[in-house]
Amino acid sequence: MVARGLLTFKTTPSIVATGVTAGPLEKKSPFVSQFDKVYDDERCGLKTNEHAHAKMIEDACMIALSKVDSIPSDADFLLIGDLVNQMTPSNFSATTLGIPYVGLFSACATSVSSLVMAALLTEAGMSTCAVAGAASQHNAIERQFRYPVEYGAQKPETAQWTVTAAGVATVTPYKKGFPSITCATIGCATDLGMTDPLNMGAAMAPAAADTLTRHLAGHGTKASDYDCIMTGDLGKTGFELYKILIGNTGVDVKENFRDAGAEFYSDNPVFLSGASGAGCSAAVFFTEIIEKMKAGDYKRVLLIATGALLSPMSFQQGDTIPCIAHAVELTMK
Amino acid sequence: MDEKKYAQLEQQTSPKTPLLRNVIFAFLTGGTICLIGQFIALFYMTFFDFTERTASNPTVATMVFFSMLLTGFGQYKKIGQLGGAGSAVPITGFGNAVISAAIEHKSEGYVLGVGGNMFKLAGAVILFGVFSAFVVALIKTILVKFGVISW
Amino acid sequence: MISIFITSFIVGGLICVVGQLLFDVAKLTPAHTLCILVVTGSVLDGFGLYEPLIDFAGAGATIPITSFGNALTHGAMAEAEKHGLIGVLTGMFEVTSSGISSAILFGFIAALIFKSEGKI
Repeated sequence: MVARGLLTFKTTPSIVATGVTAGPLEKKSPFVSQFDKVYDDERCGLKTNEHAHAKMIEDACMIALSKVDSIPSDADFLLIGDLVNQMTPSNFSATTLGIPYVGLFSACATSVSSLVMAALLTEAGMSTCAVAGAASQHNAIERQFRYPVEYGAQKPETAQWTVTAAGVATVTPYKKGFPSITCATIGCATDLGMTDPLNMGAAMAPAAADTLTRHLAGHGTKASDYDCIMTGDLGKTGFELYKILIGNTGVDVKENFRDAGAEFYSDNPVFLSGASGAGCSAAVFFTEIIEKMKAGDYKRVLLIATGALLSPMSFQQGDTIPCIAHAVELTMK
Repeated sequence: MDEKKYAQLEQQTSPKTPLLRNVIFAFLTGGTICLIGQFIALFYMTFFDFTERTASNPTVATMVFFSMLLTGFGQYKKIGQLGGAGSAVPITGFGNAVISAAIEHKSEGYVLGVGGNMFKLAGAVILFGVFSAFVVALIKTILVKFGVISW
Repeated sequence: MISIFITSFIVGGLICVVGQLLFDVAKLTPAHTLCILVVTGSVLDGFGLYEPLIDFAGAGATIPITSFGNALTHGAMAEAEKHGLIGVLTGMFEVTSSGISSAILFGFIAALIFKSEGKI
């Protein structure tokens, strides 16, 4: 049965491995012990931030494949994306990896949209090993979207810090004992007139709320059915707004609601409203959530990655910020 | 939820700008930078052949030099986060804008990168400074010509 | 003599407070705020008010970006007084703003030596 944006995976493809790499500043994250590789140099010893960005994606993919004793030539599809113009870091890492590649852009929601695409290919019987994920690198993105890294602009408390991290997952046909992808909801681009790029959380909250309510209604579930409903990077401000919005629609908001961006750097005030970036949700979903599922703490989770679909030019041209949120449901079965 | 209602909700929920704190720190930071400038001006007037008027040139150049060191060593952004306009409004802030852009775009080479992008942030200031000077001087010249005012 | 230190601190601080209000209350970007301040300095010099401010506050008036507007306007008006309308153009370009030249020079030097770091 076809329903707008709602996907059900009858064969429930599984996430059999993940690979997460991070930069030096991410050592301040409570999740750091779960990251597979943390670099001491944000440029990974390379010339530019963009080269380092590509290397981190490459390394994450290699790690995710090596955990299932595979190498790039064993993979059928590479579905990744980042925030840099024309996604050159992903493009260059794809060149090195040599896996059939489709670059995906959902801003910071790419971690989930790529997972959903991988699940679709697997469900269709066209893929036995797909690598999906997203990444971000702080310096490369700051200078593209906002200001040069050393510029002394005063950021408000609603601003978020773009993480330097890459997170990918290896998706295969169903395997017992691994988190499996049961269903998903593709988000609608939502715009409630927010214009401040230093308050992305407020811009993204409506998109997350919309996707959550559509997922619950469309798949016939309630919030309490999930051990955890985690959003990608709403940050502390956006998370509050999101909880109010969904509370207004009758959703029962309890402790199972979490936000990767708000938790990424714990309560460190230096990071203002929290973390953001395509790598934020990817890094946390593919470590914290997957680990908790494999350990038996979480049996059924809903992951909603959020993204802001703006560009530096659209902001300068006075446009508002449309946002998107994609949801994917994982179950241990 | 419609746009207006959401805007209201966002206003209520987002943390308020700490206006008083920002103003106080802007005052202290800006005042301190200017005070340091005053000491430097005094230094030039005492040890070199500068008058109160002509001392502003080497003073400003020296302040921008300090701004280069602070920007290069990653400290100006910390001053900026704390002091806000207190660090952006003095000429050191202008220097920081140019210098940070120059450092950032080195990866694209010195010609297209550094040269082509150095004035990304500061170009607007130069544009409006020059244009404003032109308009003001023009208006004053015309008014003087018509005998409305004198120089 | 001590008074110039006090006035430079206070006046410099107050000009920055105006900037901060433009940031936080008017919600303007740093670029917009600095442009407004530069134009303000220029207009104040048009009214003959900025030079007395410099006499009163010293570095408190020459260090903020407003002095850049003042310097350009002052140069333009000085030449216009001597040579009429054409002086408006030539005067502006005669004034070497040490602020811009030093920013360019040190910017280039900085690009040679430094690298940006995403630390907090």
